[in-house]
Amino acid sequence: MPLNNEADATQNELVQLITPSGERRSNPVYDRWVSDVDGAALQALYEDMVVIRRIDAEATALQRQGELALWPPLLGQEAAQIGSGRALREDDFVFSSYRENGVAYCRGVDLTDLLRVWRGNASAGWDPYAINMAPPQVIIGAQTLHATGYAMGVLADGADSVAVTYFGDGATSQGDVNEAMVFAASYQAPVIFFCQNNQWAISEPVRLQAHVPIAHRAPGFGIPSVRVDGNDVLACLAVTREALDRARTGGGPTFIEAVTYRMGPHTTADDPTRYRDANELEDWAAKDPISRVAALLDAQGLLSAEVSDAVKATADDVAARLREGCISMPEPQALDVFKHVYSEPNSWLERQQDSYEQYLTYFDSAESVNTAPNPSREVSR
Amino acid sequence: MSTMTFGRAINAGLRRAMENDPKVVLMGEDIGKLGGVFRITDGLQKDFGSHRVLDTPLAESGIMGTAVGLAYRGYRPVVEIQFDGFIYPAFDQIVCQVAKLHYRTQGHVKVPLTIRVPFGGGIGSPEHHSESPEAYFTHTSGLRVISVSNPQDAFVMIQQAIASDDPVLYFEPKRRYHVKGEVDESVDLNATSMNNARVVTEGSDVTLVTYGPLVPTARDAAIAASDDGVSVEVIDLRSLAPIDFATVEKSVRKTGRLVITHEAAQSGGLGAEIAASITERCFYHLEHAPVRVTGFDIPYPYSKLEFHHLPDLDRILDGVDRVLGRSNSLSSRSGLEG
Repeated sequence: MPLNNEADATQNELVQLITPSGERRSNPVYDRWVSDVDGAALQALYEDMVVIRRIDAEATALQRQGELALWPPLLGQEAAQIGSGRALREDDFVFSSYRENGVAYCRGVDLTDLLRVWRGNASAGWDPYAINMAPPQVIIGAQTLHATGYAMGVLADGADSVAVTYFGDGATSQGDVNEAMVFAASYQAPVIFFCQNNQWAISEPVRLQAHVPIAHRAPGFGIPSVRVDGNDVLACLAVTREALDRARTGGGPTFIEAVTYRMGPHTTADDPTRYRDANELEDWAAKDPISRVAALLDAQGLLSAEVSDAVKATADDVAARLREGCISMPEPQALDVFKHVYSEPNSWLERQQDSYEQYLTYFDSAESVNTAPNPSREVSR
Repeated sequence: MSTMTFGRAINAGLRRAMENDPKVVLMGEDIGKLGGVFRITDGLQKDFGSHRVLDTPLAESGIMGTAVGLAYRGYRPVVEIQFDGFIYPAFDQIVCQVAKLHYRTQGHVKVPLTIRVPFGGGIGSPEHHSESPEAYFTHTSGLRVISVSNPQDAFVMIQQAIASDDPVLYFEPKRRYHVKGEVDESVDLNATSMNNARVVTEGSDVTLVTYGPLVPTARDAAIAASDDGVSVEVIDLRSLAPIDFATVEKSVRKTGRLVITHEAAQSGGLGAEIAASITERCFYHLEHAPVRVTGFDIPYPYSKLEFHHLPDLDRILDGVDRVLGRSNSLSSRSGLEG
């Protein structure tokens, strides 16, 4: 199946450019995709990962303090999200699940917007067209079809933007993800399927979803695929850039399996101690995405106390702004519940809204005047 | 003004919409070279190209989900579901994505999607080819649901559905595809609204509400009833969500009697919603409880029995007799009011 020789050659091994201990490993295929990443660029990737981990920790704390109803932590997946997210162009479009807050950060999301959904103040935190990223998708895998359709539109427009869809190992069992790959291959749509295999779909291990490495499925659809060390930010950047280039130049879709680990719970409502071994956590802690870059920077003399302190200060500042934005978020108003169901007037909804407004007004007036008429006794004849 | 079949009128409406807006794209199974299994898209791929009339893989969720993606990109997709019973694989995308995206994104993302569904029975087909699933969708907020009953409406309303910034399910009564009618292609699209019900025949004794394939049957029933001295007002709803209750209410305030007929199963169906809403709106004008003449609460039967399931002229007239308190199929049973 000579779909893509480069991808085929590396199919069975994980693409890794930085080892867990922080050594830069050369790779004849992928080095060229990150040849421009100098010390400053590596420092920037490091800062991004530190900041997003700090955002994640702060949001988790906000949930524990009752300020958020729920939060889906990304702890452990920083490299997969920052590496791929920083590869994208502004005019590319992201369709993600609910855990891609690191990707949203790369897209330039307003910090407060990250929390609106989880505080219960909105069903989507941001205007998708403002950052070219759809809101978090909760239905598992549904967004992969949206990305594919968007990419079909890009193709029809003659543009060279790329749609990138993020999903997990669990999603690969969904029909939608498989249908998306059929459509993407048939129309040669410029879409990247970025699967973060974080080993767990809530309590279900990846072996329940797939008996072969997930990346091996894609060639069966006619889509070249690659397995990458999802805890290696440089490798994630490299494979995403390669896939983007393929998509922009008419080469169609690519499937990336970023092998990583969800160090935290599925969400703040989950208790992973019920289903997974503490040893497993230790093994993956040794492959931490941030500490390996820190070690590499340190070895290159690029992580002085000054740099380290500056990164920490940035992260603390972001966390403080996140918290402030959360707590000062304005409350939604009662009648907002009816807004935007339709874009055009709807007689059914107008009637219900009208009744509810009357109902609210009735109780407002009943509080001040006990003799207010009871509207339910008015009968239309 | 020209005479054309129902199916041809939809085709002409699609063609007009595609001419007027380059963002209109058609998607579906077999809709390209074949022109669809009912030939509704006949000739459109040849004239507009395969980039605007897409034959898709056989995956309804895939069609619907990619149509959502195209809408994100600014397109106005028109999706054909080959048969009513094939819509269920796309149910999740319709209910969770198509219907909710505008609300979810606080109006930032519009989904101006039209979902064409040939629906209803009467064509002698095997299972899954004759269903009436409209109530699943009228119960889903965020969707507009319409049904057409004649070539002129078919021509106009397909264009109105496509022009709407909201997602619209457009239910086509497949057993009427070959019915011919006059179509005025020069009509002003803004002169009528797909949201407004149409009084088909005026009457003073009974209001008979229906839509889609049963409109001609209801009209025939009104003619038969008039021979019997009963004046029936027939209303074609056109829009099933939202329903133009003002038009139905106005009629019932005049007649005091309401019969609703549809092919879909009775329980939890549109007839129930209409009966409840009209009772709420004008209870004191009713001379009799509203009567529903509908398909039974059964899976769609094999074709040799389908005409027992489908309301026909006689069953509708029996319903008219019930609401008038005249002798009817149930009145012979002691203790049971019609």
